[in-house]
Amino acid sequence: MAPVNHTGQLPRLLPGTAATLTLDEHLARYGPLPLRPAGDLIAEVRAAGLTGRGGAAFPAGIKLAAVAAAAATAAPGSGPRRRTADAAVIVANGVESEPGSGKDAVLLARSPHLVLDGIAVAALATGASQAWLCLPADKPRLAGQLREAIAARAWAGASPVPVQVEAVPGGYLASQETALVSWLSGGSQQPSFVPPRPADQGVRGRPTLVQNTETLAHLALIARYGAAWFRTVGVPPEAGSALVTVSGAVPHPGVLEAPLGTPLGAVLAQAGLRPAGGQRGPARRPQAVLAGGYLGGWLAWPDAADVPVSAAGLRQAGAALGPGTLAVLPAAACGLAQTARILAWLAGQRAGQCGPCTHGLPALAEAFAQIAFARPHPDTIGWAGRLTQLLPGRGACHLPDGGAGLAASALRVFAKDLSWHAGHGPCPPAAQAAREAP
Amino acid sequence: MSDWLRVNPIACEAHGVCAELLPELITLDPWGYPIVVPGPVPPALAAHARRAVAACPTLALLLHHEDDATS
Repeated sequence: MAPVNHTGQLPRLLPGTAATLTLDEHLARYGPLPLRPAGDLIAEVRAAGLTGRGGAAFPAGIKLAAVAAAAATAAPGSGPRRRTADAAVIVANGVESEPGSGKDAVLLARSPHLVLDGIAVAALATGASQAWLCLPADKPRLAGQLREAIAARAWAGASPVPVQVEAVPGGYLASQETALVSWLSGGSQQPSFVPPRPADQGVRGRPTLVQNTETLAHLALIARYGAAWFRTVGVPPEAGSALVTVSGAVPHPGVLEAPLGTPLGAVLAQAGLRPAGGQRGPARRPQAVLAGGYLGGWLAWPDAADVPVSAAGLRQAGAALGPGTLAVLPAAACGLAQTARILAWLAGQRAGQCGPCTHGLPALAEAFAQIAFARPHPDTIGWAGRLTQLLPGRGACHLPDGGAGLAASALRVFAKDLSWHAGHGPCPPAAQAAREAP
Repeated sequence: MSDWLRVNPIACEAHGVCAELLPELITLDPWGYPIVVPGPVPPALAAHARRAVAACPTLALLLHHEDDATS
């Protein structure tokens, strides 16, 4: 296998075949992992402009620097002192609790050593003495594969820190950063109020870097090839590529890699979607795209075909990049009914800690059930709109913000359906959806 | 430097004392939880803000200093 092309062609993260890359194949493809001084590496990541691929798109270099600084304060000096219980820890977040996302599992299954390289690089940059690789508890086979890969590296002497695979149970909030830190500290799977941030006080009080597994894979490539190489892909100001999971009304759903900033239409074309008008039949013809998962937003199709698939581009269009999920809604479905279903599910995923979310998210779900499955009174529609403004910024985590954003986008994108429902009751697809699973 | 108000939503139990003491900057939502007017606390209200923070029964109202440049 030839080493990966340095000119910035894709795919960067995923090998051409579905088989798992062994350590030898991985080294043949990417070359050895250089051990760079911590300061150099952090500067390189900052220059690369890598952002977190778990959903928040937070600059990875800033996070790395914060953990390194906190660790230096907690355990000054170097040498054995850095191996004490004060040293930083790395949490590789591959829990991927977003229902429409499959990219972390695909990456881990096919290119495990790229993620493990990223853990090693992050550990060297922060002086971490320990790492956890968090995987969903319902994927024991994946966990077994990763344990094997970790053992192969230990055997080859390619592992600067011990990495422990952790099977994380639970629902939607299980992969939320502070909830994950709490769980690894022996606590509940509930988000906590920040500050203190995990960088300063994370797992058992230690400086903690929580980073999505795809982000770590990019980190491993930046450590090898540098910031300038990383930036050869991506439409400015976005840098690099991202894994996206495409589902729904496309010919070839699945995980693919695209330069950040690629127009939505071009990304969906990679999943086999032909240009507007090419699809026949309401079951196949798209009407909207849910970008960014259950905490993202709806975009009308094909109007949104030119929207850049990037954190800034999708936010500006009223959606989100989130963990890179794109769900395509066929013309035969009712977007309001879909949204009502998602909001009801989200309301059930609450941690139940914050008042505005505890009251507001079920109220929003209830209003949407009326909107989707009944003949909504104008007051109900008004109340739903008001709730979308009341919820953002009112919780310890972003569940209320995300639910509100999703609902607001539905009211906007499915405005025609909304007035039809208000005038006549549920449209035939909504009535059908209500009959199938009341 | 300026002062910013923030609510710890986990600690807040909707006693509503803050909205009583600082109606200029804090209103209550339909369930009685505080909504803080965005932006820094105007200097003229700084003393009132400190009083509201001190009066919160669950210590959920926080006042923190921030550099205007980084806020």
